[in-house]
Amino acid sequence: MRGEAQSIVLLLIGGALLRITVFSDVYLRYVKPGLRWYLIAAGVVLVVAAAITLWRELFGAEADAHGHGGPRVAWLLLLPVLTIFLIGPPSLGSYAAEKQGAAAVGQPSSDLPPLPAGDPVTVSVLDYVTRAIWEDGASLRGRDVRLTGFVTLDDNGTPHLTRIVLSCCAADGRPLEVALAGVAPGTLERDVWITVVGRYDSARHTDPVSGEAVPTIAVGSLTRVDAPVNPYDS
Amino acid sequence: MTANDAPPPESPAVVTVHEQQQTAPDVRQQPAPASRGWRVGSVELLAGVLIAVVLLRGPLVAVFDSSAARTWATIFVSIVVQALPFLVFGVLISAAIAVFVPTSFFVRALPRRPVLAVPVAGVAGVALPGCECGSVPIAGGLVRRGVAPAAALTFLLSAPAVNPVVLIATAIAFPGRPEMVLARFVASVLTAIAVGWLWLRFGRAEWIRLPSRPDLGNVSRWTGFWLAVRHDAIHAGGFLVVGGLTAAFLNVTVPRQWLDAIAGQPVVAVLALALLAVLLSICSEADAFVAASLSQFSLTARLAFLVVGPMIDVKLFAMQAGTFGRGFALRFAPTVFTVAVLISVAVGSVVL
Repeated sequence: MRGEAQSIVLLLIGGALLRITVFSDVYLRYVKPGLRWYLIAAGVVLVVAAAITLWRELFGAEADAHGHGGPRVAWLLLLPVLTIFLIGPPSLGSYAAEKQGAAAVGQPSSDLPPLPAGDPVTVSVLDYVTRAIWEDGASLRGRDVRLTGFVTLDDNGTPHLTRIVLSCCAADGRPLEVALAGVAPGTLERDVWITVVGRYDSARHTDPVSGEAVPTIAVGSLTRVDAPVNPYDS
Repeated sequence: MTANDAPPPESPAVVTVHEQQQTAPDVRQQPAPASRGWRVGSVELLAGVLIAVVLLRGPLVAVFDSSAARTWATIFVSIVVQALPFLVFGVLISAAIAVFVPTSFFVRALPRRPVLAVPVAGVAGVALPGCECGSVPIAGGLVRRGVAPAAALTFLLSAPAVNPVVLIATAIAFPGRPEMVLARFVASVLTAIAVGWLWLRFGRAEWIRLPSRPDLGNVSRWTGFWLAVRHDAIHAGGFLVVGGLTAAFLNVTVPRQWLDAIAGQPVVAVLALALLAVLLSICSEADAFVAASLSQFSLTARLAFLVVGPMIDVKLFAMQAGTFGRGFALRFAPTVFTVAVLISVAVGSVVL
């Protein structure tokens, strides 16, 4: 790959990074919100490096440093750019979650504070599962809680409300699940985003894939919603 | 590089390798500039590829209609996107080392004898916040600047594993278990130093083949800086993509049940998690959280996961092969893996 082509490839990559961070929230499908400014900085550096070197290739002094081919593998750098622009892979959904099975939640290092005020109170799936598993739902009992997630189905067809937790990027995503009691099998299809309001139910399932415990919520009301801007818990 | 007592050929060997490397691509590339204007060069090819992809968009998107393919694509893009800021950071440091730091700096900063420079480089890894994608180009830059390969390689191994960002992430992932942080630090530094010394004793300079950089002799410093950035970003980035493709494939295909079946057997469990670290290629700033979630495994097995992952995985192997040459990577990877597993078990049995 010649110099000009190398610069153009860098320009495309830097442009793709800026496209998914500055001009849209697409980056949230792949990484945590905290990475945004690092991605923007990297995009700017790549675009600047591309612009300066390209300018020099086109209008700069002759006879220095040209003629060196880059490696063939550099062509592969087009793959992520094309994947982002053409396919725009969605956030992880039921396929990844069901294949991996419900993940374990870490034991909290100290006692959890009581739930904040609110009726119903909005709780993250991570928080709900942590309180349900490690405190037997003590702080959840008697409260109406609101959870948002997408639908996965267990081996009986029972719908679960699922949210994937990222530590860094989608490659390390771990699904957390809450079984929905009071929702008949077959009424919800996979990957639909829902908000449920309900109460803690002490029933627990064991995930057949991972062997981890899955807590339950007794569903009072259920609404279909749009996917949130940040599809992951963190 | 053989030990200190080895005869002079050491540095000339590096130079020869360099020259061969530099001339080879030149010969291949010669026709392109001469015939520019009517033969298809890489710019024309690039334009062709882009036009073809846009025209064939429909069928290409249709291929990604299945859940498995989409999940693969998501993980592939996320690995690359996640790694790029760290890679760019590493590339900037590497280019700055190449252009702005005089060679004499490293001669003064590191002990003259490689045997001593190795442990210094291992502990110096603490100072570089980042993950493994950044440290590969930096280590390449250090070797170019005349740092003993053994010391540069030790730095390459230790920096992504023992810097403050990674250690804090480990502490957060394992609440109430500070011994996990200690074990990770000790085992990683020991592995890095052990591999550095092994390289000193058994390694050969000709195994390392750095890809030729454009000759920066007759351009201004800043132009040289940006050319070096482009060069390193294109190299490391290309191999990052190779690793991302592989890791995403394995991420989607390796069934979790296999893991659970082996978690109960202590020895197999350590090897299995070490192997999993190689296959998954998770960033060293995130791997502690994944290790914490593998709760069915022993702490020692999870320590092996944390020590092996930042040092060698499929993504890193591709990047190391791209930066130092395939002959190097084929020898380096199994050595690092073996040493890391052995030291993890030893440290784990004492500390955990």
